[in-house]
Amino acid sequence: MLSINNLSASIDGKKILKDFSLKIKPGEVHAIMGPNGSGKSTLANVLSGKKGYEIDGEVFYEGKDLLKIPIEERAQKGIFLAFQYPIEIPGVNTNNFLKTSLNTIRKFKGLKELDSLDFLNLVKEKSKNLKIEEKILSRQLNVGFSGGEKKKNEILQMSILEPKLAILDETDSGLDIDALRIVSEGVNSLKNEKRSFLIITHYQRLLDYIKPDFVHVLVNGKIVKTGCSDLAQELEKDGYEGVTAAR
Amino acid sequence: MKQQELEKSKEYKYGFTTDIESIRAPKGLNENVIKFISNIKKEPKWMLNWRLKAFNRLKNLKEPNWQKPKYPKINYQDLYYYSAPKSAVNKPKNLNEVDPKLIETYKKLGIPLQEQKRLSGIAVDAVFDSVSVATTFKDELTKKGIIFCPISEAILKHPELVKKYLGSVIPITDHYFATLNSAVFTDGSFVYIPEGVRCPMELSTYFRINASETGQFERTLIIADKGSYVSYLEGCTAPMRDENQLHAANVELVALDDAEIKYSTVQNWYPGDKDGKGGIYNFVTKRGACRGKNSKISWTQVETGSAITWKYPSCILQGDNSIGEFYSIAITNNHQKADTGTKMIHLGKNTKSKIISKGISAGFADNTYRGLVRIGSKANNARNYTQCDSLLMGNKCGAHTIPYIENKNSSANIEHEATTSKISDEQLFYCNQRGLNQEEAVSLIVNGFCKEVLQQLPMEFAVEAQKLVGISLEGSVG
Repeated sequence: MLSINNLSASIDGKKILKDFSLKIKPGEVHAIMGPNGSGKSTLANVLSGKKGYEIDGEVFYEGKDLLKIPIEERAQKGIFLAFQYPIEIPGVNTNNFLKTSLNTIRKFKGLKELDSLDFLNLVKEKSKNLKIEEKILSRQLNVGFSGGEKKKNEILQMSILEPKLAILDETDSGLDIDALRIVSEGVNSLKNEKRSFLIITHYQRLLDYIKPDFVHVLVNGKIVKTGCSDLAQELEKDGYEGVTAAR
Repeated sequence: MKQQELEKSKEYKYGFTTDIESIRAPKGLNENVIKFISNIKKEPKWMLNWRLKAFNRLKNLKEPNWQKPKYPKINYQDLYYYSAPKSAVNKPKNLNEVDPKLIETYKKLGIPLQEQKRLSGIAVDAVFDSVSVATTFKDELTKKGIIFCPISEAILKHPELVKKYLGSVIPITDHYFATLNSAVFTDGSFVYIPEGVRCPMELSTYFRINASETGQFERTLIIADKGSYVSYLEGCTAPMRDENQLHAANVELVALDDAEIKYSTVQNWYPGDKDGKGGIYNFVTKRGACRGKNSKISWTQVETGSAITWKYPSCILQGDNSIGEFYSIAITNNHQKADTGTKMIHLGKNTKSKIISKGISAGFADNTYRGLVRIGSKANNARNYTQCDSLLMGNKCGAHTIPYIENKNSSANIEHEATTSKISDEQLFYCNQRGLNQEEAVSLIVNGFCKEVLQQLPMEFAVEAQKLVGISLEGSVG
């Protein structure tokens, strides 16, 4: 599904990702852990197409050169980024945004666009699972949302847009225990043999709920260690320094 | 079409020209031209005298120059003040007699005039250059006693109403462009809603400038008698030309006791090309008088076109408890300039006004909100709320907010809020990441920004206006 080969990315002359390589197969859940400034968010941004990076190396998504595909087309082709800091867009109704987004993606897939009624039924069902109060969906997008509401809203969008590759950028940060559990359950319910996840996090606690197939430790823009989910526990115990020193 | 023309027509799809034989007044501004206009319209003597009085006044007036957008000096002697399709000079009695070329033109503009294809629930008066070429649904409106006709027809058929109200809100001595209009106005719409009647459909005038080197000076007069209601909408387009064309309209509204007038504008005059060449100078005077108690006048404008937009649709709140509202979206892109806002003049007791202005500036454009709230000494308990929001795109455009407040009554309550924001790259990235392309993203964000104003438009036009808002900003983000 996704094949990253020797990817380097710099911003303002500063190299953040260095010869980064990673392969993700359909249905796999990969976790990327690493200390602050190790390049985790940069990876998420480069994969989803954010501008402003100088990029070297290659990335193939479903066999195509991902780096040449415009941002919106990446999204239409099934790449979803759950933002670390979801953006506020004043004046734009959350439901309306979501409906526009869904229908653009459905159109791309050759599916019929949903009318308002079908859409609202869909949202109702999905938001119930995530324990999202419906009334926040008629508010302006992310405006005045609490940290938890913003993150839940990202997962709601993910569950409605049904991506092929979901990138979760520190979705756990700023969540209390209950919200963390609900969000994790939301992610777990979306797992299937075709959908892949790339979960970026600081802490192991998210991985108690979402069991990854692989855990990669990212330090200074490079994967320094890869293991199964036990590696996350190890990291929690010994810290990044301990784990990387022992390699 | 050549590639370049194709590109151009994508930018402004109303930019075509209708090839039609027209009759023009001789070039220039003088008494003979005014007599020519009055004569060709078979006007009574009093009307000609009214025009000449304005013309004499004009000789002593100077163009105002306090506005922010400056423009090269206009040579008023180098303009045509009257241009009409030959076939329309002897007014066609019904639509079957209207030149098919004109019908076709309006069809292309999305305004079908034929009986069977008319927009349901909307009566249209179609003004082409200097004359009204067709008015639909006239008979149905007549049954309710509503008069909806070209103003040139009203001058002949309803002189008592015209004499009483024309110039009663915008006096012929008002200011340069208003006085110029009074001297040379050619056509426009006249509306009279009788006492207690609620107009059953939207009334709409569609203004089209076609001829070159021609100014359009339309005049609209709407009178809502006691306890009546009317919703009126005007739309405007013009061909793409390299020259700047002058459009100096006067619109007067009169609301008597308990009457309400809702006046909406979707202005899409040719804005000029990407480099600022050509486009309409839209210098318009719009003023409404809430003359009766409990009357209400509400202006809604969506200004997306014109090289320069310079207008302040205003309300004079004379009647006690009267209400004035102004909802505005002004979008300027490329080299467009706008200096627009409103004046709310509170004279009666317990009068209320509300101003919601949304200015959007992109490219090299400059957008100014200028507004006056004046509370007279007898206007006890007057209330005003003003909200001015500006949205900037890119870093070469400008937004300015210039509120004037004059208060002579200590019981007044005046509120003013203003914000300026920018569409951020983060917002665009977020939308792109959800599958929307750049233009869809901008359209979504801007429509969200303007929502409060768009909601004020009649349903039939809100959708069109939303699309227009998106189109006007196409290509504004790189």
